[in-house]
Amino acid sequence: MNLKIDILREENNYIVRLTGEIDVYTAPKLKDKLLPLTEKEGNKIKIDLANTTYLDSTGLGVFISAYKSTKQNNSNLKLIHVRDRVLRLFQVTGLHEIMNLEIDER
Amino acid sequence: MNKIEADGQVYKKLLRQYLESDNNSFLDEAKRMSISFVSRNIYPEEIVRIHMKAIDSLYGEMFNDYKRSLQFLLEALIAYRKAHEEFEKLKLEQYELKSEIQVAANMQKTLLATKVPEIDCLDIGAISVPFRQMNGDYFHFVQGEDGALGVAIADVIGKGVPAALSMSMIKYAMDSFYEESMSPSAILRNLNRVVERNVASNMFITMFYGQFFSASNLFRFASAGHEPGFIYRARKKKFMEIDAKGIVLGVLKHTYYNQYEIQIEKDDMIILLTDGVTECSRGGRFVKREEVIEIIEKYADLPAQQHVEQVYRHFHQLDDFELKDDFTLIIIKRKV
Repeated sequence: MNLKIDILREENNYIVRLTGEIDVYTAPKLKDKLLPLTEKEGNKIKIDLANTTYLDSTGLGVFISAYKSTKQNNSNLKLIHVRDRVLRLFQVTGLHEIMNLEIDER
Repeated sequence: MNKIEADGQVYKKLLRQYLESDNNSFLDEAKRMSISFVSRNIYPEEIVRIHMKAIDSLYGEMFNDYKRSLQFLLEALIAYRKAHEEFEKLKLEQYELKSEIQVAANMQKTLLATKVPEIDCLDIGAISVPFRQMNGDYFHFVQGEDGALGVAIADVIGKGVPAALSMSMIKYAMDSFYEESMSPSAILRNLNRVVERNVASNMFITMFYGQFFSASNLFRFASAGHEPGFIYRARKKKFMEIDAKGIVLGVLKHTYYNQYEIQIEKDDMIILLTDGVTECSRGGRFVKREEVIEIIEKYADLPAQQHVEQVYRHFHQLDDFELKDDFTLIIIKRKV
């Protein structure tokens, strides 16, 4: 199982495109790439989940970490193209109420 | 003459006798010699060296390519021996770790042990199977004075030792307050505070807390982002998802949990589970919630404890079944 992480940058706007599965094996890699982006004040990060086929609770933990970090560092995080099983996980855990999610209605 | 040289002489003699006579008894002697090498910590590469020396001394240094091939073998054996030593060391370390985790797992079992209460109007069954040695799922029951039943089911992110350690924290926190007299909403709010203060930023716990009042047959509950359970309505023969909203424990400093109430009728069932039940897979695809319901319905006539065990056994027995996370299932049936 693999996760491809592509980061596009334009000044302090970032798009992080995640292709593949976010699970207990790939979550540490995601954490290493994502957390530093949230630590700089004013950074705006969009995480594109259009091609994320699987997300488990360890992966969700990384997004929670990132969310907490944006609150501490005055940066901004938004999850886009959230759908299917991934969306359900955010809804069940109540995280969709506090995190900025753009739901994909496809 | 040192020991190795003496060994060399004996070896050379045996080899020459064997080559000249083709008599297998010399082979047997060579085997005995090898066994004595093991007890004296003489490695295989040393035997190759002895062999090379013996050949040199018997035939002179005329077999150039042959000698180089032995050199080749020697290097291969040295590498093999080193790797083998490392492997044995790891095996031992792994064994030690496993035993240590087993001790911890036994401690956890004692610590988290809960007794399924006997309440006249209810039949209660519960099963919890860890994915590895230690369980990151947790459930417990508490019985109030007035025939009320408290039930908690929780799931810590991840599995194994870290999850199990966090679970112990939940248990201690619950022990520290008088949950019989608190509402589900207040219990979750208090636990959230404990968890938020004490876990790493990427950790969280999901939990469902319910109370059943046998006098009124009312089920009161709240959920902290926990996988929704079901209510089986006997009259309609239908499963309904338990709809309770609330954020997981450990993310927000202050939060409030909505509390819900439903009336439980005779022969209804309350089904609580963790996502290990729905995250297990069959031949690479996930078991759907509808499939879980189907199997629960199939064995619904069994007493509650046999019922939960049979549901687990059903999935476990499938050839392509793979448990991916800790698996916990609780079924509470109203009998009268």
